[in-house]
Amino acid sequence: MDFTYTDDQRAFRDAMRALFMVEASPERVREGWEMEGGISPQLQALIAGQGLCALSVPEAHGGLGLADTDWALMSQEFGYYAVPDAPLNTGYLAASLIAALPDAPSFQAHWLPAIAQGQARVAISHPLCPLVADAGQADLLLVWRDEEVHAIARSEVDVSAVASVDPARRLYRVSLPTGAATRLATAAQGQALWRDLVNRASLAICGQLLGLTQRILDISIDYTAQRKQFGKPIGSFQAVKHHMADVAVKSEFAKPVLNRAAWALEQGHPLRDVYVSQARLACAEAARLAARNGIQVHGAMGYTWECDLQIFMKRIWALDAAWGDAGFHKARVANWLFSPGAEIGPGKTFI
Amino acid sequence: MDLHYTAEQHAFRAEVRAWMQAHVPREALPDYDTFEGFQAHRAWEKTLNSAGYAGITWPEALGGRGASLIEWLIFEEEYWAADAPLRLNQNGIFLLGPTLMEYGTPEQKARFLPRMAACDDMWAQAWSEPGAGSDMAAVRCTAERDGDHYVLNGQKTWSTRARWADWVFGLFRTEAGSQRHHGLSYLLVPLDTPGVTLRPIRQLNGLAGFAEIFFDNVRVPADCLLGGEGEGWHVAMATAGFERGLLLRSPARYQQTAKRLLALYLANREAADRDPSIRDAVIRAVSGAEAYTLSTYRTVSMLAKGSKIGPESSTNKIFWSELDLLLHDTALRILGSRAELDTPEAKRWMEGFMFAQAGPIYAGSNEIQRNIVAERMLGMPR
Repeated sequence: MDFTYTDDQRAFRDAMRALFMVEASPERVREGWEMEGGISPQLQALIAGQGLCALSVPEAHGGLGLADTDWALMSQEFGYYAVPDAPLNTGYLAASLIAALPDAPSFQAHWLPAIAQGQARVAISHPLCPLVADAGQADLLLVWRDEEVHAIARSEVDVSAVASVDPARRLYRVSLPTGAATRLATAAQGQALWRDLVNRASLAICGQLLGLTQRILDISIDYTAQRKQFGKPIGSFQAVKHHMADVAVKSEFAKPVLNRAAWALEQGHPLRDVYVSQARLACAEAARLAARNGIQVHGAMGYTWECDLQIFMKRIWALDAAWGDAGFHKARVANWLFSPGAEIGPGKTFI
Repeated sequence: MDLHYTAEQHAFRAEVRAWMQAHVPREALPDYDTFEGFQAHRAWEKTLNSAGYAGITWPEALGGRGASLIEWLIFEEEYWAADAPLRLNQNGIFLLGPTLMEYGTPEQKARFLPRMAACDDMWAQAWSEPGAGSDMAAVRCTAERDGDHYVLNGQKTWSTRARWADWVFGLFRTEAGSQRHHGLSYLLVPLDTPGVTLRPIRQLNGLAGFAEIFFDNVRVPADCLLGGEGEGWHVAMATAGFERGLLLRSPARYQQTAKRLLALYLANREAADRDPSIRDAVIRAVSGAEAYTLSTYRTVSMLAKGSKIGPESSTNKIFWSELDLLLHDTALRILGSRAELDTPEAKRWMEGFMFAQAGPIYAGSNEIQRNIVAERMLGMPR
């Protein structure tokens, strides 16, 4: 029984953090808003250069063959630095889905090495996300069609951009010409693939929400230590402290739920849908409170365009319902919890 | 990350489960704040100790089983799943025990721990005073050194289960004129010493679960000092850490309540679903109990790798006390107009609900915990 990450996992995370600290400063994130892809091509290349996009690519295809617990750590860094999630979508979600295709060796041989080297950008269309993130910038779209898996080159797809409250998000309405020629997996094969794609996408959202929560805590604590009223830092007032403590409590108790979800995904645990959705609900609750209390302790300053708080707050508001809103995730928990076979109580946590 | 139990841990669980099936009283014991309940719970503690389960994480030489913290969690899971009695000597075993283990002399450990495990000595706390509640450093009780004794004077209050206890542990001012957390010492006091007067206080449920303790020139041998003279605050903080952090409230307690809540909801689903927020509260309460369990396993993993419990333990106390309120509040909402009645089911939930009101108050109020989280964990200015 071990809930901790390995030294290797933490070292990789630390390397990513060191990169983001320099290359994904709030100024750089704002520069990305003006760019076509929402992220500077330079940062995108640096992320690929660290080997991040190779994490989920099997070793046979030039990747590292790592898994969900690694991404649970990595996605928190994406959140903390508000790095647009295109590299997560390609390196984690698309790579995992392509690698798991049961019967597509030549497709895998073409795309997996390209992803590992950071040369391919893949977007995913699924009914949980009616608008497709990064479709305009992608080289390839993976498409859900009645549980089948289809792949369509970007050149075959009509896209029209739709603005998000988060200026870094790139969302598109797409029309997808699928047919027998685009099909990579049948509905029978695809069902399990899509199930885990949704779980992985949700896990990546969880990690980002937790990272964003921590960032808002950090900048709010800094701000309230500097801002003085009544001759004192406002952070010395209990009412302000308690706003931050409430966020810390929610965040502390979301972390292990996220850890279990990542582990369950990695293990193919039968209850992984439930565990992922429990993590989603816990992480979203922490993040929404962080955004609310963060702006509250920033006062009027938090309501300005200038204040960097908006970068993180808006990202929380945008990501909160991506890959399943609260209703979707609560229903997944409820359907299990209120079913006759559900076992809860002492000793049932790790069954 | 590896969230599997080992074969040994599975075997240990099976052993504890079988023992509980054979030994847990079929009928619930009377409340431990009645005299007959106290006697029955004391007998139960002795039964537990006969299997080495009372102080299960302690070394065998001191009356325990030398169990790891994971085994302790497994033990607690089986204990609560079996609906076993509440732990009469919990303040001794879970709070003073670990403090003695860390700060006690070898003589003190040998003298106190095996008797504590056997419940030959029943322990109560003596922290709060009429003028020292949340502000614990405002302690005014004094202990003046006189040869090889301390002479104690003053008043303690809110001493849980002190009424029939044998000993108390608490903070006393040993340096005359000292201020705040300086000059305090941690003393162990036999309650049968001349000069000790106990006055029971009835609690919300009508039973005398608290007592006030008056010390009038009470002479306590100097070997009842735990830690150095004047170092009491430091030693007491360790106790507070155990209380908020890990041992006092194992997650299995809340998981068992969550299981009962789920059963209550399913049995009354049609009526309960007329208010959709009840269903939502059930999901949140069950998920909260899971989160607390996972968090505890995470803490134990980190301790096993050499980390120490820090100020984040204050987040624990906030979380479990608010979870306990949510669990019981939701149950009462499901029971509806039956909640106030004296039926066995309703009464158990109402008793739990009343006790849950105390959770955010005792062991350092949740307002104090939030200050601690903000100042020591988040580094906000004082």
